[in-house]
Amino acid sequence: MIPAAFDYTRATSVEEALGILASDEGAKLIAGGQSLLPLMKLRLAQPARLVDIGRLPELRGVSKLDDGRLSVGALTTYAELMDSPAVHLAVIRDVVPAIADVQVRNRGTIGGAVAHADPAADLPAALLALDAELVIQSSSGTRSVKADGFFQGPFATGLAHDEILAAVILPAPRGDAGSAYASIQQRASGYPIAGVAAVVFVGAGGLVEGAGIGVTGVSDHPYRAHEVEDALVGTTGTADAVAAAAALVVGDREVSADIHAGREYRAAMAVVHARRAIEAALARAR
Amino acid sequence: MAELHIALEVNGEQREADVEPRTLLVSMLREDLELTGTHVGCDTSQCGACTVLVDGHAVKSCTMLAVQAEHTAVTTIEGLGQPGSLHPLQQAFWDKHGLQCGFCTPGMIMAAADLMAHNPEPTDTEIRHAIAGNICRCTGYHNIVAAVREAASVMREGAAAPATNA
Ligand SMILES: Cc1cc2nc3c(=O)[nH]c(=O)nc-3n(C[C@H](O)[C@H](O)[C@H](O)COP(=O)(O)OP(=O)(O)OC[C@H]3O[C@@H](n4cnc5c(N)ncnc54)[C@H](O)[C@@H]3O)c2cc1C
Ligand code: FES
Ligand code: FES
Repeated sequence: MIPAAFDYTRATSVEEALGILASDEGAKLIAGGQSLLPLMKLRLAQPARLVDIGRLPELRGVSKLDDGRLSVGALTTYAELMDSPAVHLAVIRDVVPAIADVQVRNRGTIGGAVAHADPAADLPAALLALDAELVIQSSSGTRSVKADGFFQGPFATGLAHDEILAAVILPAPRGDAGSAYASIQQRASGYPIAGVAAVVFVGAGGLVEGAGIGVTGVSDHPYRAHEVEDALVGTTGTADAVAAAAALVVGDREVSADIHAGREYRAAMAVVHARRAIEAALARAR
Repeated sequence: MAELHIALEVNGEQREADVEPRTLLVSMLREDLELTGTHVGCDTSQCGACTVLVDGHAVKSCTMLAVQAEHTAVTTIEGLGQPGSLHPLQQAFWDKHGLQCGFCTPGMIMAAADLMAHNPEPTDTEIRHAIAGNICRCTGYHNIVAAVREAASVMREGAAAPATNA
């Protein structure tokens, strides 16, 4: 299969890429190409111009900010993420190996995963649970938004056509934190039928003082389940408390159905994996 | 569409090609450079038959543009070993019956080569995870895992004692 013809520009700076996006409606960014190229080969996407940002050093690498948080460049591949200080976050250690295969993890970037916003992408669940921040650049400047609220629908985000996702900011690891990711995969593709990431902060006496719950695969976009977080905080994370909180993971959201899983099954799996993720996170925090 | 002239290293040699931007790396390797050892199985990023190393990392060459490989170093199955002087992985796939029809084999071996480069002593589980992106319709994977395990052990011995020219 051969993509439709397009013009190709390898950007030499973020400014150049932003300039092309601003002046050309038909231009599309390509990073690792692991989502875009399969779509172009099927001609489900036919951009008139590809702007290759794959070699921009400004968008690469993982660095520690003054406040201890990690700034992860958008071009960081999954494989590079696993070789970076981000592996100190247990949920990152859990989620990355659950994504695709070695070859795709060698090319696929975290920026591409976030910008593409597949309703069943694994990484967004972890970013939502971690309360990650997204750094977005355009010709008019740089802005930061929370991952919470960024994913708006299937393949739809808060990113405008003329913007580039530059980096993802991850929180500094904390001694009182525990985190985990649990998912049930569709065997052939590896995408989750339901995936839940949990981050918990446990204080004296085992009291849950804070929580972040990110959910993917379940509805038409990855979301943060504040209901579960609220139910968990203030408890001591007993089995009953965890089960009661996990039961709220779907709420009144519209649950997706496809040939791999109907609504009822997918919703049930979301609850099971919410419970597993929270329990694993609590065990790591204690 | 205008063709672009690109240069890259393939199996240790400087190569050049004129490609359309939409030319996939696998098409350039097979059609322009006539390196047909790299196979196209699914053409939909699923099967791994097209796996090659780009700057040492296994990638699916049906899911990369040739222009994205400009100025990189690509290794295909032809670059691993030659008839008469097979790479330990190629020899082990032969010895351990790691192939039947052979269609998946180049991709399997390149995925295994990526594994060996950073994990010289892989467990069977690690081997299975390393080839999770490669589909084999014949062998049931058992002998592929055995072949990779064998090659790893041969390569460790080779690293310990400098190889004689066998
Ligand atoms: C065989 C296979 C299996 C997979 N399995 C899984 C899985 O199990 N779980 C999972 O979560 N994912 C899976 N994926 C998807 C994979 O995670 C994504 O394809 C990859 O992370 C996307 O990153 P990329 O750099 O390749 O993006 P590209 O394909 O280069 O780009 C994707 C989209 O994002 C845009 N974009 C890219 N970078 C930026 C940026 N910095 N700023 C703004 N826009 C940008 C592009 O314009 C494009 O629209 C799989 C993919 C394949 C091919
Ligand atoms: S041909 Fe490339 S993955 Fe199947
Ligand atoms: S040997 Fe036939 S597909 Fe693997």
